[in-house]
Amino acid sequence: MKSLVVSDLSAWFGRKRVLRSVDMSAEPGSVTAIIGPSGCGKSTLLRCLNRMHEEVRGARAQGKVLFDGLDIYGPGVDPVDVRRRIGMVFQRPNPFPTMSIFENAVAGLRLGSKMRRAELQERAERALRASGLWEEVKDGLDEPGGKLSGGQQQRLCIARALAVEPEVLLMDEPASALDPASTLRIEELIQELKSRYNVVIVTHNMQQAARISDWTLFMLYGEVVEYAPTKKMFTTPEDRRTEDYVTGRFG
Amino acid sequence: MIASAQTGAAATFGRRRLKDRAFTAFLWACGGVALVPLGVIAYYVVRRGLPALSVAFFTKTPAGPLDPSAGGMVQSFIGSGLIVGMACLISIPLGILTAIYLSEYGRGRIADAIRFVAEILLSTPSIVAGLVVSAVVVTAMRSFSAIAGSLAISLLMWPVITRATEEILRLVPQELREGALALGLPRWKVILRIVIPTAGAGILTAMMLAVARGLGETAPILLTALGSDYVNSSPWRPTDAVPLRIYDYARQPLEALQQVAWGGAITLMVGVLVLSIGARVLSARQERRLR
Ligand SMILES: Nc1ncnc2c1ncn2[C@@H]1O[C@H](COP(=O)(O)OP(=O)(O)OP(=O)(O)O)[C@@H](O)[C@H]1O
Ligand SMILES: [Mg+2]
Repeated sequence: MKSLVVSDLSAWFGRKRVLRSVDMSAEPGSVTAIIGPSGCGKSTLLRCLNRMHEEVRGARAQGKVLFDGLDIYGPGVDPVDVRRRIGMVFQRPNPFPTMSIFENAVAGLRLGSKMRRAELQERAERALRASGLWEEVKDGLDEPGGKLSGGQQQRLCIARALAVEPEVLLMDEPASALDPASTLRIEELIQELKSRYNVVIVTHNMQQAARISDWTLFMLYGEVVEYAPTKKMFTTPEDRRTEDYVTGRFG
Repeated sequence: MIASAQTGAAATFGRRRLKDRAFTAFLWACGGVALVPLGVIAYYVVRRGLPALSVAFFTKTPAGPLDPSAGGMVQSFIGSGLIVGMACLISIPLGILTAIYLSEYGRGRIADAIRFVAEILLSTPSIVAGLVVSAVVVTAMRSFSAIAGSLAISLLMWPVITRATEEILRLVPQELREGALALGLPRWKVILRIVIPTAGAGILTAMMLAVARGLGETAPILLTALGSDYVNSSPWRPTDAVPLRIYDYARQPLEALQQVAWGGAITLMVGVLVLSIGARVLSARQERRLR
């Protein structure tokens, strides 16, 4: 479990600057929520944390992101290694359509390392248990991953991210495409993961941020407005704009 | 007042329905007209081609001048297989690699230039491709040859494969690439193990369409492989091909030879039809999967 410390991070899509010298940190054993109105740069910030941002054509980032003290934007750092250690779950479930549930769960291990079948099976079970999907799929591991329901697919994607045993887990609105029951399941899951992972989650849902996070970061127009313990953020925010936002007065 | 408005409305409605009917009928007629040439082609090819098909047709070479029968065109089938087979070996790997480059890496000037070249080649008259290969390869080798034919056909197949495969690869959702990259997989592995298998059947479809095109081309082979009355399996020697033989016999005044030409036509058409239908089926299945 390693900490993430972001300092003076800016990001661009082509000429358009979407992050303006962001500072934040995410501590091990805690959940950090990123909130803010649509288009304020939440996803971009999250994607800068494991160097996924630069995968978009014309996108670039500048600044420091210290992961366990090491700058992931430093010279000679391979983004592949960074992503291996800082996992990510996307807003829309994206299981690999050509793979079975089992193959999806251990895709990172199967394709990224040489591992024996028995070991893969053990890792798949562990990851699927951790994401709370095991009981539902254990009798049909060879079924295609795309046949699951949306909520199950998302938990499969979480299992897939967990199977490579990352040290940080980034989640971009992981429950926004799901029904209330699946959402609840994923929120519980995040609480369980917290003890072992450093979790950073983007959410649109204020109640969700209040329920599951320890720290909250509020952004507006690519800038950090306030970064504080969640409790404080939702009861006695420092900034007027934060108060307006968390009480639903705008955004 | 109200009554007249109502009858007015009814009249408008009636007129509209009439227009609608007329237009529908017109569209059906257009569709029917479009089918007529296809029907005529199929009718003629089957009626004149079927009687030509025999064991000898598929197993014998052309008869000598003293033989009253017309013989077969086995040398054309083998030649077409040789020419198109070698053309596949050249154009499929090149086309797929180009497509991968264009869809996964291609940005900026080089990619645009490659796309432009493919576009131009796609619309180049095939006889021009034959002429160029003839001028370069046949002249250099001082002989017509199967390989020269393959090169000319490759020139026509490569852009088909490249453009079609690029399109298929672009259909693979970006989210899948990102999902795989976020697992810490290197880009080449993501392409090889996620993108290509997901595009799978679509790539096969592109190849089949290209082969169908390659099989039917006549002009470029005429100028490069020349044709031959004998079975040839050497890439370096002049070689026959089905469309060449059709071209040759169809201009002869002898009924027996013309019949062989029709036999060639029907086998060629069936071959191309099978490839196209196969491509259709595969791509329909693929679309269902990506959805
Ligand atoms: N691929 C892209 N190309 C160009 N601009 C982009 C791209 N993706 C996002 N942007 C812009 O960057 C800004 C930040 O986008 P981002 O996706 O980070 O917002 P967000 O806070 O995650 O929004 P949402 O809550 O709607 O997901 C927006 O103004 C958006 O228009
Ligand atoms: Mg977003």
